[in-house]
Amino acid sequence: MNDPVVSVRNLETTFSTRLGPFRAVNDVSYDIYRGETLGIVGESGCGKSVTSFSLMRLIEQPGRISRGQVFINGRDILLLSEHDMEAVRGGEMAIIFQEPMTALNPVLSIGHQINEQIMKHMRLPLNEARERGIEMLSLVGIPSPGDRYDTYPHQLSGGMRQRAMIAMALSCDPKILIADEPTTALDVTIQAQILELIQGLQEKLNMTVQFITHDLGVISEISDRTMVMYGGQTCEIAQTQELFLNPAHPYTEALIGSRPKFGHRSNRLQTIEGSVPAPHELPPGCPFFNRCHRAKDECRVNRPPLTQVKAGHSVACFFPVSH
Amino acid sequence: MTTYIVRRLIQTVIMLVALSYVCFTLMALMPGDPVELMVQSNPHITSADVARLRSLYGLDQPSYVRYGNWVKTIASGELGYSRTYRIPISEFMPARLMNTFILSMASILVALLVSIPLGVYTALRPNTKFDYIVNFFAFAGISVPSFWLGIMLILIFSVFFGWFPAGGTTTAGIENSDIFTLTVDRLKYLILPTISLAYMEIGTFLRYTRSAMMESMRGDYIRTAKAKGLARKEIVWGHGFRNALLSLITIVTLSLSDVFSGALITETVFSYQGVGKLVYDATIGNDFNVAMVSFMISVGMVLLFSLIADILYAFADPRISYN
Repeated sequence: MNDPVVSVRNLETTFSTRLGPFRAVNDVSYDIYRGETLGIVGESGCGKSVTSFSLMRLIEQPGRISRGQVFINGRDILLLSEHDMEAVRGGEMAIIFQEPMTALNPVLSIGHQINEQIMKHMRLPLNEARERGIEMLSLVGIPSPGDRYDTYPHQLSGGMRQRAMIAMALSCDPKILIADEPTTALDVTIQAQILELIQGLQEKLNMTVQFITHDLGVISEISDRTMVMYGGQTCEIAQTQELFLNPAHPYTEALIGSRPKFGHRSNRLQTIEGSVPAPHELPPGCPFFNRCHRAKDECRVNRPPLTQVKAGHSVACFFPVSH
Repeated sequence: MTTYIVRRLIQTVIMLVALSYVCFTLMALMPGDPVELMVQSNPHITSADVARLRSLYGLDQPSYVRYGNWVKTIASGELGYSRTYRIPISEFMPARLMNTFILSMASILVALLVSIPLGVYTALRPNTKFDYIVNFFAFAGISVPSFWLGIMLILIFSVFFGWFPAGGTTTAGIENSDIFTLTVDRLKYLILPTISLAYMEIGTFLRYTRSAMMESMRGDYIRTAKAKGLARKEIVWGHGFRNALLSLITIVTLSLSDVFSGALITETVFSYQGVGKLVYDATIGNDFNVAMVSFMISVGMVLLFSLIADILYAFADPRISYN
């Protein structure tokens, strides 16, 4: 296998709160290889978005990246100056956000917002930047891009805004794209279009993608490998098909089990008992301890390390499910 | 847009006429009339003389007839005659208005130049020592009575240090000097009242700028701008301040509508020859013509500037359209 494009080592992002510091991302390590899509899945508050923001160093006060390394093409970007980081953001790597409604500035035209980025990274003069911007809009499938270029976000529909957002993200040929729940705020039909668009562009532009979602259906469609997160930690990471067929972590198994299955009509949907513990109430051991049916005393005190169970399949559990 | 402006201008004229009638009637309701002032100092006057004077000036007629007469005179371009000063209004009013205009504009400019950078700066570093100090002085500016501030400035800078004249508008007897001397002389008289007025405006503008800026910097589009690789300065001014501007337009344009109304207390404390004191004296002294002209200017300015504010909104915020 080739060298990883993204290599995250022991990443820890801490937010200081009134109740003391809380680690939204706690000792997370993973790699993404060239041209691959890594899906990160988990419930709200599991740290998946904070992980992506940390990758672009977009964490704002009161949060900060407190430990770890993030290698992008072999270079630890956590050591870069803020000025050098500006060239990485939007240039080397780009991000698409969840809410296309609020992520675009309402008072600036779509064109202006794309322009800013193109002029910054590609140093093109205004007229060429405009051409490039229109080209990008047509690449993401926005009809009559020349006219749309001068419109404002409120004049576009949600799906069109997300397309514009993608055009903006891809405008400077990033090699790495982070998609932070890009389809969550959209209708199902639009969702499918946007997923297809991202997949198509990934192949066309040979990008490496980190795709965040809480939707297992989306994950199974788009990602080559999948990482499951819970309570700021990695539970399991494997090839997507392997993960769905042979989930080793009790949480992954429960997560997959709680999906409604077509053709199986039961009166109740399967759920995971209990709820995600509040960040300051996380147990010292396994974060899933209080909801896990396989948990033993050991799980409460010691944190299970991420261990390989098969080639390319690692799980953080003392008593993994075996198939 | 043009249709909208024309419609608003027509509304403005109607409002002006209606308000002029209200002002005129209120003036007429006040106890006393100009004839009373004229006869006070004449012990030999008889009540028959008083009645004759009243009918000569038309003061025996009902207020709506007198209003009609006043409108006729105004419409012919005649502003009328001041009973207190015994000269036509058009002879002394323009100079007074100009003095007030210079003072108000100077203070608003100073206030904007100080409060916008400070407001933006403190919004970016809320709850720091510097923020607390600036806010303390801003609240002081809002709360300190203007007469006290004026007197303090005179005591410190005129009486104690002797740097600036304690009051007045120009030095007597230098009318024939060159333009440079005249300007310097005007500036010397202008500085203390400008500081006094500006300080109060700084308090208001600063608080508005700070809160608008904090609100705008919390927007998701700020994160997008950062993710695009824009520099801090570009994010703060191009996205943060650009959006905060929307709420600043109201407060600044409404302050601008006061530029011809005069600041009664400040002008009085500094014996500055503006319209503030003039309007006050005219109202108390039943100098109908002077009072009405000043009222009309104040009302007209408020109406005009609210129209300007609305037009500026349409330019600053693409979501607003008047079609």
